Amino acid sequence: MNWADIFFDGVLAALGPVGAAYALSAIGLNLQFGYGGLLNFGHVAFMMAGAYGTAITVDLGGSLWLGIIVGIACGGLLGLLLGIPTLRLRADYLAIVTISVGEIMRLVARSSFVEPLTGGVFGIQAFANEFFDLNPFSPGARYGWGQFVFQGRALFVSLVGWALVGIGLLITWKLIRSPWGRVVRAVREDEDAARSLGKNVFFYKLQALMLGGAFGALAGALLAIEQQNVNPNSFEPKVTFFLYVIVIVGGAGTIIGPVVGALTFQFLLFFFDSFMSSAQQQGWFNWAGFDATDAAQVKLVLVGVGLMALMAFRPQGLFGSREEMLIGDR
Amino acid sequence: MIAIVAFFSFPLAAHAEGETIKGTLEKIDGDVREPVAGVTVTVESDGAEIGSAVSDAEGNWEVPVPGPGSYLVRLEVDTLPEGVALTDPERSELPNLTVRDNQQKTARFNLGPGLVTGNVSTLERILERFVIGLKLGAIIAMASIGLSLVFGVTGLVNFSHGELVTMGAVIAYFFHLSPLGPGWPLIVAAIPAILATAAFGWLNETALWRPLRRRRAGLISMLVISIGLSFAIRNVINIMFGGEPRTYADFAVQQPITFLGVRTVPKNLVIIGLSVAVLIGVGLFLQRTKTGIAMRAVADNRDLAESSGIDAERVILITWVVGAGLAGLGGVLEGASETVQWDMGFKLLLLIFAAVVLGGLGTAFGAMVGAFVVGVVIEMSTLWIDPNVKNAVALAVLVVMLLVRPQGLLGTKERIG
Repeated sequence: MNWADIFFDGVLAALGPVGAAYALSAIGLNLQFGYGGLLNFGHVAFMMAGAYGTAITVDLGGSLWLGIIVGIACGGLLGLLLGIPTLRLRADYLAIVTISVGEIMRLVARSSFVEPLTGGVFGIQAFANEFFDLNPFSPGARYGWGQFVFQGRALFVSLVGWALVGIGLLITWKLIRSPWGRVVRAVREDEDAARSLGKNVFFYKLQALMLGGAFGALAGALLAIEQQNVNPNSFEPKVTFFLYVIVIVGGAGTIIGPVVGALTFQFLLFFFDSFMSSAQQQGWFNWAGFDATDAAQVKLVLVGVGLMALMAFRPQGLFGSREEMLIGDR
Repeated sequence: MIAIVAFFSFPLAAHAEGETIKGTLEKIDGDVREPVAGVTVTVESDGAEIGSAVSDAEGNWEVPVPGPGSYLVRLEVDTLPEGVALTDPERSELPNLTVRDNQQKTARFNLGPGLVTGNVSTLERILERFVIGLKLGAIIAMASIGLSLVFGVTGLVNFSHGELVTMGAVIAYFFHLSPLGPGWPLIVAAIPAILATAAFGWLNETALWRPLRRRRAGLISMLVISIGLSFAIRNVINIMFGGEPRTYADFAVQQPITFLGVRTVPKNLVIIGLSVAVLIGVGLFLQRTKTGIAMRAVADNRDLAESSGIDAERVILITWVVGAGLAGLGGVLEGASETVQWDMGFKLLLLIFAAVVLGGLGTAFGAMVGAFVVGVVIEMSTLWIDPNVKNAVALAVLVVMLLVRPQGLLGTKERIG
């Protein structure tokens, strides 16, 4: 058991491109769930819209930058399409429709009749060369100190990703302090009160859903660019659950929450994963008959249990404030 | 220890190069072997088509696959030339062909002389699909009554309801086929499966939801907790049961029979018959027994019910136990009709949602009606659309219903608020 390796596995995962993409996606979910009180159980669908929007645009001959814009627009559009039938109804209906869409979009992208567009199960590859042409680091070289090392390629994606997260935080901060943000929070706290003041509650919810969806789509595009690959299997429902844990751990309805949550979650997830993997190799779980796959899946069980425990005992997250997060008391 | 770079990758199925599934089609007639050309072989994974190939003059075919895993390989029987047929007509599909890293896996189909069965008329195809749709509807109905009733009495949409379905199927598998289990026939193994799922429903209510209600947890946090529970249970099942789909030994392969002019396998008829009987039982329970009436009273107005002396907490507990047991039965039926898999309940959950929204959340009869409509619509749709995306039809039903009549066919308006 090499604790240093395990520790750095966690640190590098937290600061790496996936950590940044999760933080960016969580900013979107935080707008929807944390500030708007909207139960979007299919956030992965928005990420998928962004990733596929980007890749398909490039595949059809557009530039990558146009692709990213199309991807973000797809995320917003998906929010519009999901919001219209559900946002006038009780909170559960949005949850029901989004969880269904998260699963169905993956099935449709895999199916043979859209294969000319999406590449079916094989997906689309190598569409982000324009992005990597801008890489100032040499892709294969290693940057860092000791075990804290990034390859040039990953370092570039991470820096861009965290820069986008910074911009996202700035936008959130501006929005939430604006009159728009106050109305959205008022709608979360008491819909009828907001309505009695003449606010069109439905439109505010729809805007929050679309805006959050656009952030999710940008995160999806970032992940797709990092991989140079979009594939339906990357967008499993579990990503949505990861994002919920991230948002709640960091403190739903706080500006910085998604970043704190993403760093904490990615670190813990990969620290634990690395620990379980070496423990399994050393035969700690032979009594239970665990193979490497089983050992890796234990972390998913903990994600589920963690989500329940957080929501039941500490809905404001590790660092959030109770006053902002009254969701548990409604 | 895994290399550091590996940790930058997004959770993604390993895409190693070079896995393929291939084979050679030969007609074997006594000692004479001759290659069979022009036959289509299709490879699918989780219901999605990966690719297909046509056998060449030597009878060879090859389909590249995206990575290691389990695939379904199907020989398209209607592309067989005249005078060639499968020696075993049931073996036109190899459902679980496992391909390892960089493996070139061979899939074998045994061909011999014979006549391909004649074309099926459109009407017969429609009727066949209709019966399969009724069967699917029956399974959805079993699974959705619990969800709808629990919503009715507590106001909670239980996102972990699908896992009760999976538990039913998996526990039956344990008593039926597991090397550690007693190896009972499926019909006997279904009994402990239903009882265990019902007991789990009791545990759900007493250990989780009742304490949460006492603490006045809000709707949003309850929904998030239920989805966390769903995720946790699903992955526990995945670890214990494994990721591969498995089939029960009983009723796995059946010869089709003709019943009232429709060709179908007997188990479909049994599933439909059994569910109709159970549904009638549930209906009588709700209409005639004291507990059933109390259940509907609590669903209608809890305060009023309590003020007329009904113990609402007890009614809620009974609802959980009955609903979970029914979901477990639904799981066994789904497992017998398709395969047992760790995420089968989660996949069914979408259809359950479509059914309960169509029928009206909170009403047991609405769930039954909705389930049969959804089942039949989904299966009939495969006559025109790609069967791999048939569940998208359920989503379409769901969305259209929410736009047109969100309270559902049999629901009341104030629930949707």
